[in-house]
Amino acid sequence: MYQYIARRLLLTIPVVLGVSIIVFSIIRFIPGDPARAIAGVNATPEFIEQVRVRYALDQPIYIQYGRFLSGMVQGDLGNSIFSGRPVTTEIGERFPRTLLLATISLVIATAIGVTAGIVSATKRNSIFDNASMFIALVGVAAPVFWMALMLQLLFSVRLGLLPATGIGTIRHLILPSLTLGTASAALMARITRSSMLDVLRQDFITTARSKGLNERLVVYKHALKNALIPVVTVLGLQFGILLGGAVLTETVFAWPGVGRLLVDAILRRDYPVVQGTVMMLALLFVLINLTVDIIYAFLDPRIHYQSGSGG
Amino acid sequence: MKATELQAESLMPRKKTNEAKEVARHLLKNRAAVAGLVIIGVFVLASLFAPVFATHDPLQTSLGNRLQPPSSEHIMGTDELGRDLFSRMLYGGRISLNIGIISVLIGLTFGVPIGAVSGYFGGKFDILTQRFIDIMIAFPGILLAIVVVTVLGVGVENVMIATGIASVPIYARLVRGSVLAVKEQSYVDAAHAAGLSDARIIFRQIIPNCLAPIIVQSTFQIATSILWAAGLGFLGLGAQAPTPEWGAILSNGRAYIRTAHHLTTFPGLAILFMVLGFNLVGDGLRDALDPKTR
Repeated sequence: MYQYIARRLLLTIPVVLGVSIIVFSIIRFIPGDPARAIAGVNATPEFIEQVRVRYALDQPIYIQYGRFLSGMVQGDLGNSIFSGRPVTTEIGERFPRTLLLATISLVIATAIGVTAGIVSATKRNSIFDNASMFIALVGVAAPVFWMALMLQLLFSVRLGLLPATGIGTIRHLILPSLTLGTASAALMARITRSSMLDVLRQDFITTARSKGLNERLVVYKHALKNALIPVVTVLGLQFGILLGGAVLTETVFAWPGVGRLLVDAILRRDYPVVQGTVMMLALLFVLINLTVDIIYAFLDPRIHYQSGSGG
Repeated sequence: MKATELQAESLMPRKKTNEAKEVARHLLKNRAAVAGLVIIGVFVLASLFAPVFATHDPLQTSLGNRLQPPSSEHIMGTDELGRDLFSRMLYGGRISLNIGIISVLIGLTFGVPIGAVSGYFGGKFDILTQRFIDIMIAFPGILLAIVVVTVLGVGVENVMIATGIASVPIYARLVRGSVLAVKEQSYVDAAHAAGLSDARIIFRQIIPNCLAPIIVQSTFQIATSILWAAGLGFLGLGAQAPTPEWGAILSNGRAYIRTAHHLTTFPGLAILFMVLGFNLVGDGLRDALDPKTR
């Protein structure tokens, strides 16, 4: 088991290095002078030269990357062109808001999705099953930014119940997290249902039933435990997708999180901020996947921890 | 040599025409899948004949006619520059379908060979590509497409490339997995014994037998690419004015949501239905192609 975890941790290192190379390359692949790109459109020639020296852009590419990497390890991602403040400060301020939004959305998605999935599977082909699977299909297909606008239109513009944009109170959190949670809830419902149906077909469930066990006990104790294993994997993936999807939702709800920061930075050509946010989101996703894999290893006894192959 | 090759190839499962008929029969029995096919059909026809169905020029502005609600003259109303929304929606469908199909073609062109070679030969190349794919997959969802667009710049062509690149790791993973399973089949051993070249075995025997998951994934991937492209358009990172792309139309309409919500409602519904259509067909194909659920 520990060997498996150690191996999984080791595999994370090349991925993180690779991500850092891609993020480092963003600015080098943009046509034109990277120093000018970092310095901003209205920069003076002197400032462009300063930037060139500061970011070592006059040095060979491997030295530039070395500087970038060592800066990153020390928590220095450069300064925002737009605000002049350190990128780490900009991200640090906004990250808790994105994390809050993604976490609440995930909780909503899990509560709705897993419940609907279980009920659908146990009452297969009932009205509830058909209705919830239909809603789930629509929920997966609806663009998240459109859902956001429609909820705003209904709850803020028409009914005047909730604030349309901004942050501050719990009421500000409801619409963004509902929006963000809907698509994930739909996906989780579908996965829980099919996983549950698979498990309910298996022999040990038939055995449990034939022993005369209460149906509720069979479903909730025996079946659910096994059916939730694939759901855990999806949960981790969804958390990452929620962080990515925050780019869209935060824009609609003027929620000042990391997603909004990234989009604004791209539109303003504030490349240090683009690099910082992309790096942070990708790192976070890698860590989440690592955690999920380790949890999965504890949950599923079928994974062979000792083997050097597979994975 | 020719004779042994023919013999070896005759060992591989030959039931293609029957198989296709069988799959079609199952697909057509599935009501949800038929609904999906109808939805896609409507969008394809509307896109193909956009110039015929369009009641107005999609780019023709008419400032005296700004933000009109739907009427008999303008079926879906007009936008902030007085352009006819229905005509813009028709041309927007063309753009979305194009993005969906071309980005999937890009994903297939790179993802399938990478996955096939990686799974077939294994070894160092496999380890290297797997790590590379791990790196691409480290960017969740739409983020990889955003990174690519940041580098390439905005515009419809770059959105196609960006969503295409973002789907490459998905195909590479999928095909590698299928190849590992197919590789162990006896007809592949037979082909080896008959002295067929690796390239021939990969393209004539292994890939054709991995087609089912590739087809299913491609159907879903068209839907995903359309959603990603609309998202990029909405963020201002995709199609640019005056291109009538659905995500971009929706984004422009946001400012008028209180007074003219048809500008956000119609493009949103169009994206929803198009994505729903492909997802329904994808679900149906998965069931129809899986012998266990037939």
